[in-house]
Amino acid sequence: MYVAVKGGERAIENAHAWLAEERRGDPSVDALSIEQIREQLSLAVNRVMAEGSLYDADLAALAIKQARGDLIEAIFLIRAYRTTLPRFGGSAPVDTGRMTCARRVSATFKDVPGGQILGPTFDYTHRLLDFKLAADGDVPDADTRSAEPTHVPHVTAFLNREGLIEDAPADDTPPPDLTREPLELPASRALRLQALARADEGFTLGMAYSTQRGYARNHAFVGELRIGSVPVEMDIPELGFAVEIGEIEVTECETVNQFKGSKTEPPQFTRGYGLVFGQTERKAISMALVDRALRWEELGEDNQGAPAQDAEFVLYHGDNIQATGFLEHIKLPHYVDFQSELELVRKLRREAGAPPVQEAAE
Amino acid sequence: MTENAYNFAYLDEQTKRMIRRAILKGLAIPGYQVPFASREMPMPYGWGTGGVQVSAAVLTPEDRFKVIDQGADDTTNAVSIRSFFQRTAGVATTTHTQEATVIQTRHRIPEEPLNEGQILVYQVPIPEPLRFLEPRETETRKMHALEEYGLMHVKLYEDIARHGHIATAYAYPVKVEGRYVMDPSPIPKFDNPKMSGNAAIQLFGAGREQRIYALPPYTQVVSLDFEDHPFEASKADHPCGLCGADDSYLDEVIVDDAGGRMFVCSDTDFCDARQSAGFKGKDAA
Repeated sequence: MYVAVKGGERAIENAHAWLAEERRGDPSVDALSIEQIREQLSLAVNRVMAEGSLYDADLAALAIKQARGDLIEAIFLIRAYRTTLPRFGGSAPVDTGRMTCARRVSATFKDVPGGQILGPTFDYTHRLLDFKLAADGDVPDADTRSAEPTHVPHVTAFLNREGLIEDAPADDTPPPDLTREPLELPASRALRLQALARADEGFTLGMAYSTQRGYARNHAFVGELRIGSVPVEMDIPELGFAVEIGEIEVTECETVNQFKGSKTEPPQFTRGYGLVFGQTERKAISMALVDRALRWEELGEDNQGAPAQDAEFVLYHGDNIQATGFLEHIKLPHYVDFQSELELVRKLRREAGAPPVQEAAE
Repeated sequence: MTENAYNFAYLDEQTKRMIRRAILKGLAIPGYQVPFASREMPMPYGWGTGGVQVSAAVLTPEDRFKVIDQGADDTTNAVSIRSFFQRTAGVATTTHTQEATVIQTRHRIPEEPLNEGQILVYQVPIPEPLRFLEPRETETRKMHALEEYGLMHVKLYEDIARHGHIATAYAYPVKVEGRYVMDPSPIPKFDNPKMSGNAAIQLFGAGREQRIYALPPYTQVVSLDFEDHPFEASKADHPCGLCGADDSYLDEVIVDDAGGRMFVCSDTDFCDARQSAGFKGKDAA
């Protein structure tokens, strides 16, 4: 006798209760605090802030805790929260030239005004497991030097002075916002950059890597990579001027790309640009490479049919919240569709003269 | 954060207004896909976020809400969406098709005919009927604008040439009022005829794809076919094992290890009502 599929409600309640228990893990082990996650898993926190498009380290840490460390799930929690927040207005563009740099490297010049600062990077660590960390987490204090609050000029500005790199004139057009307007194509560069800034790190990395391997290769040099905090200012209409409302940490990457020139453009270096919340340099470099690849049309380059040149492909598939939702929805029941397919396949098989399947038990 | 921190039916009024404008535009141009600024919802894309946003935009405190998935009120995602609106809107809910003023559905149209004043909200995964023939949105929008549907007819023709039948069993494409080719969402083609001339308002929401489209009451909806290969609404050739209905869409259920199976109505409310009225199928207890 068939028992109708009842009890969805209880099943969901029970699943949630079990999930909560699994999330906590062995209760004899101390629970993680939000502060511990924020301070000790800060790169995970940064990724969640960047792809969640919400700069709030405590909320990102909470989301990571709630999501059991599943970062895409954590990003989802942040996005769903962010969309409910009222908009007070937009900030003035941040001036990354005023950044207090924790890290700043240029791959194109041995030394640059403002200096090269390695900062807290994994770059030259040997990837050997540090078993001391398993025993105790104490670290000796690092040497310190006070940040010089001077203007740190952008490396690409030096090239620009000679006209060797394409100009990037300031543009005060308010950028479009894909979180408030449906994405429509063709997308302006500002819109593409917004989409890339919140796109999945893995997807962006894969796209960028494909350009390096020859799918729309554009010979990128890291002109400059800088990480640090910048002040955020907002125009207050009642005051009539902009006031500083806080500071955020960002990673900015400017690539310098070869360009042989086209019918309309003289030979000069071209630019790719990446700007991402927090210390997220893999993402920022990837973003700059993909940005540059997507610019083929405005630079008069050939369309090589490479995935990274295809704005529709990149913009429609880079968002991990959209992607994961649709991918995982195939877990939902589909018996109605499947039933109709069953009928169809049976009918086609019957007509093709296939022997009928043996019914039930022998 | 408590439920009180959110607006009625979760979305803020600005967002609802934006969605309502898209719905009105959709009703004015039946079958046309209206882009709208879909929001991130607290459930994943692909799980009904389009339908949920449309429902949130049309629900009023006086409404009585029904949610079905695969025709059933009790499937997990239907339960989840219903409880979402119970929490965020406090609206009355029902499982009875006749009593509901707004019905959100995934993959089915209720068996019982709908009436004027009712709204049927479909969850749509891929709103573009031409998507699997042409992956580019920029191209498919052009094709709709130019009413260039030849590719679709070629596809249906090739099906017939290869299989002797149009090999589409669900999400079977329709033409609306002789103009737009529309995806009916992944309902079985058995349900297609119910769309045409329906007294209810039919709204379609695709959250991830950021599209809303609509059919006003009594809109003509024709399933694509050929004169010599007319459209046929098909279902399993059995009566329901529980209520004996021979005109409802059936789910096939495997009931034992030997692969024995029975067929039951996918519309649980329809089946329950018939059983209460004394109808009995051969497998009924």
